[in-house]
Amino acid sequence: VASRLTFTVVERIPSGTRDVLPDEMRELRAMTDRIREVFGAAGFGEVYTPALEYEQTFARANLAGARPAYRVFDEHGSVLVLRPDMTVPIARLVATRYAQSEPPLRFSYIAHAYRGIRPQRGQSREFLQAGVELIGSPGADGTAEVLALLCATLDAAGLANYRVGLGDASLYPSLLEALDVPASGRELILTELAAGDFVGLDRAVGQLAVSDPDRDLLLRLARTRGGPEILEGLTGAPYEALGGMRDVHRLLAPEVADRIIFDTGLVRNLGYYTGAVFQVYDPAYGVPLGSGGRYDELLGEFGRPLPAVGFALNVERLHIALTAEEGESPDGDSLGSSAGAELPGTPPDGELPDAGGHR
Amino acid sequence: MTSLRIAVPRGALFSGTLDLLDRLGIDTAEVRENDRKLLFGESGIVTMRPSDVPTYVEAGAADIGITGKDVLMEQSEREVYELVDLDFGRCRMVLAGVAGEDRAAEALRRLGVVRIATKYPRIAARHFLQTGRQAEIVEVKGSVELAPLTGLAEAIVDIVATGTTLRENGLVVREEIADCSARLIANPVAHKLRANAIDAILERIHAM
Repeated sequence: VASRLTFTVVERIPSGTRDVLPDEMRELRAMTDRIREVFGAAGFGEVYTPALEYEQTFARANLAGARPAYRVFDEHGSVLVLRPDMTVPIARLVATRYAQSEPPLRFSYIAHAYRGIRPQRGQSREFLQAGVELIGSPGADGTAEVLALLCATLDAAGLANYRVGLGDASLYPSLLEALDVPASGRELILTELAAGDFVGLDRAVGQLAVSDPDRDLLLRLARTRGGPEILEGLTGAPYEALGGMRDVHRLLAPEVADRIIFDTGLVRNLGYYTGAVFQVYDPAYGVPLGSGGRYDELLGEFGRPLPAVGFALNVERLHIALTAEEGESPDGDSLGSSAGAELPGTPPDGELPDAGGHR
Repeated sequence: MTSLRIAVPRGALFSGTLDLLDRLGIDTAEVRENDRKLLFGESGIVTMRPSDVPTYVEAGAADIGITGKDVLMEQSEREVYELVDLDFGRCRMVLAGVAGEDRAAEALRRLGVVRIATKYPRIAARHFLQTGRQAEIVEVKGSVELAPLTGLAEAIVDIVATGTTLRENGLVVREEIADCSARLIANPVAHKLRANAIDAILERIHAM
């Protein structure tokens, strides 16, 4: 029998924020404790930076999709912002507090960040991030180390079916440059790609003054995702452009490589990425759980030019995915269940519809 | 049958969508026979209002879906991948008003602001913002044509396929805003994790 609940709401809290009560807090805390242990064991010392920073600190970085949303004035009239991520504060911290230190430097954090997003499940305006930054370890070596730690972190969080998408933020820009595409055309193409609008991408690429094979190549790379075999089979500039991803793949342990989806169309909307980019998926949840990448120019903006790479996981989303993985039925068939995922080692489920059989 | 869950819009795109799914080899007989059931386990089809399709696909409750470009433009903040123009359900998003003297232009000139009735408040607001004119957007849920006839608004923003409804109500198209048609959309995570199944469908669509 349904009972009628009567509550009187006394005080509201801001849209996109929420209270966490003991049952949830216990589970979140257990998860972050396990993650913290993995970070520590890998030599990534935990730091905390102020939630409030000067606006000009973030103005140094190209944040594109993650600009600060909340501002206050201090007693001197300076504009302060609630940090939209932890990567920029750590770049500042390295340049100021570790100005003389010998790289590589390894830092981790489990801290809140703030963005003006549309609130929904797993999308809070105040959200807890668990992440690392590896400073001063260039190229594929640094990227491979962070990817291995990313997988160890997701294992520790308790997720069984996660996958990590690996792309290269420099891939498309360098190809477009090699094809002499003017800046305006480049911009539009990258915007459509980041938005996942393939119809718009077809239109934008169709308008370029390039040869038909080049046009086909641009469209095909935007859609190609799969195993390491997608990195082979090309020649010339396109083959060279995939070199960064091949170098990373060569350095990955088998259990890490099995988790990777190589994705030549993966473009992050955070403007400071310069090379490898990652995104974390779980078949139990329709939204990425976290992301990361290589940002070799950002520290230079703070006066300490060092290559860097890192990732950030959204703890609330990890928790949602873990709960969904635990609760899923074995015969579910959409993203609501991991049964539909193409896990490492399983044959592709791309049989055409009339091949029969419900997988 | 595929292993994907497919969000199918009821309404104007319904029959075109079912025809497409038939040609893809997905059995729609049960869907055609039953207009009250919503979830068809065998084929993976779930049916819903067209404007709900992006909601289900964004959340991953459906892996892929079919909906109109008008819906996608109105809900442009949804994080879904727009995979292909399905080339049916063609229509135009237009600004229309009562035939004869242009009351919208008159209102803009003399009152500085025009009242626009629409089911697409965000598309309408964006169109007037981009064209540098002030508009008061009046959101209605149905029969938009009624608004300029009763004085609720000077003009409407709506989709037009054949133009019959406009003509029958004495309205004429004043401006074209966008071309719309049915689109195949995908959840971004499904697009990565179910790549083979989704690409198989795209290949079949391209081969048509």
